Amino acid sequence: MNSLSQKEIIIGIGGVLAFALAACLPLVDQGYYLSLAVNITLYAALCTAWTLFSGPTHYVSLATAAFFGLGTYAVALWVDVLPFPLLVAFGALAAGALAGIVGAATLRLSGVYFVIFTLGLAELVRQIVTWAQATFTTRMGLYVFTDLREMHIFWMLLALTAVIFLTGWLINRSRLGFAMRIIGDDETVARHVGIDTAKSKIVLFIISGAFIGIAGAICAPRYGYIQPTSAFNPMTSFLVVIMALLGGTRKLWGPIVGVIPFVILMDFITVRFSNYMPVAMGLSFLAIVFLLPNGVTGRLEQAWNKFQSRKSAPSSTETAA
Amino acid sequence: MNAIALNVSSARKAFGGLVAVNDVSFEVRQGELLGLIGPNGSGKTTMLNLISGALKPTSGEIALDGAPIAGLSAYKIARKGVARTFQLVRVLPSMTAAQNVMAGAVFGHRRLWGEDAMHLAHELLERVGLAGRGSLPVGAMTYIDQKRVELARALASDPRVLLLDEWLAGLNPSELKIGIALIEQLSGEGRTIIMVEHVMDAIRSLCDRCVVMSSGIKIAEGGVSETLSDPEVVRAYLGDDDA
Repeated sequence: MNSLSQKEIIIGIGGVLAFALAACLPLVDQGYYLSLAVNITLYAALCTAWTLFSGPTHYVSLATAAFFGLGTYAVALWVDVLPFPLLVAFGALAAGALAGIVGAATLRLSGVYFVIFTLGLAELVRQIVTWAQATFTTRMGLYVFTDLREMHIFWMLLALTAVIFLTGWLINRSRLGFAMRIIGDDETVARHVGIDTAKSKIVLFIISGAFIGIAGAICAPRYGYIQPTSAFNPMTSFLVVIMALLGGTRKLWGPIVGVIPFVILMDFITVRFSNYMPVAMGLSFLAIVFLLPNGVTGRLEQAWNKFQSRKSAPSSTETAA
Repeated sequence: MNAIALNVSSARKAFGGLVAVNDVSFEVRQGELLGLIGPNGSGKTTMLNLISGALKPTSGEIALDGAPIAGLSAYKIARKGVARTFQLVRVLPSMTAAQNVMAGAVFGHRRLWGEDAMHLAHELLERVGLAGRGSLPVGAMTYIDQKRVELARALASDPRVLLLDEWLAGLNPSELKIGIALIEQLSGEGRTIIMVEHVMDAIRSLCDRCVVMSSGIKIAEGGVSETLSDPEVVRAYLGDDDA
């Protein structure tokens, strides 16, 4: 369990190659495709970070916008006085701290209350920021001017996605990952085998929130002008949930399977039929819930298991798990 | 005489006006197999829940090896060395049998990880009669096999006290024989066990002592055959006319 299996090495090499290949994109195109790729990488990072927590626990968090917005504002507030990497770290800390507070307050509650609370939280933070800006400053927004160009943002987001994947993989191999799988299966059993369920969930929520905060911080220079309505846009939270569910949250790479087609589709719809965006979102949500409750990867896994069991049906051979 | 492993003194649990466990006291010595019996609704499972931390007692003390555990969270009690099975079998459906058992070894009283935990899981599966079936998804197993997995999971933490909540319920006669033999073997190895059970044959053949509860109150305690012939116990089970 603690040494790498051959399969893991192959997946690892494949992953590194895929990231390296993706990193070459700005050399080929600096326009439309790069912009599309930034969107895809952004949502890949957000959805994978979201799934780190929501996948195993089945708690649907709608706080993505709150963490993302905090990251964005960490950069926007101090971009003129402090170095950018430090501000990204600030974003991670702020989002992680918020996740910790929210987690401690709500993760003992059951799922439904958690969903509502996280949605309300994102709104609350947005209102507080708006109020603070209106009270203490004269402007409604903040300018972010840096030397960072689209391709730099793309590389940073790509690196972030890689780090999230690596973290997720390490968590899955750790006691924490095993604990989360047990909690997802049966929380009563989890407590009775000695798992501090509240603490495990809070730790994971903090990790997930901090990554989302970093993504927000990286994106700040891209927007240029930061307003509460755009930084804390609740649509971000909903899109992340839809895409992650479309891909499937049982596997680490599941969300990415949903992100790529969905971002491309979204882009197509915004360009051609921008007025119908909400309709398209609603329909896709319904389609996912009805047709793919376990996501694309869940469906693939089902098919694979069927294939495997048909293959091994005559002789049920024992292999070390 | 062996040292006291678990001491319950005046444990009480009230759900509003209903007192499910009414100032019950008893003790279990190391290596002892104690039967906790009584008619349906007499508070046996609630008593186990108080010990394992699934419920917090309204008042009273419970001590494991002399250290108070009453009112602690279930995970803390588990880490101190109390493991249990559930009345309605609770397995982890997305995992294999071996992973189910590992869950008991990794976080509990004995904190193993990696190869050691996996090795122990396979060893325990063999103990409960599931040799070589570790990689089967637990959802595909029969009821008795799931119960075996659950027992192996409880054993994986090497508990100081093992709580079995009607572990023999729902087994057919031949499975029952296997089940009784298994518990007998565990007890023979010196494990301290409290079993809640309705199967009287099992109580008779397995237990050193038993505690009888009725309507939340302890009505008798002692050697199995004396206790079961106690008029009060007979009345609790069968009603006044037969006493």
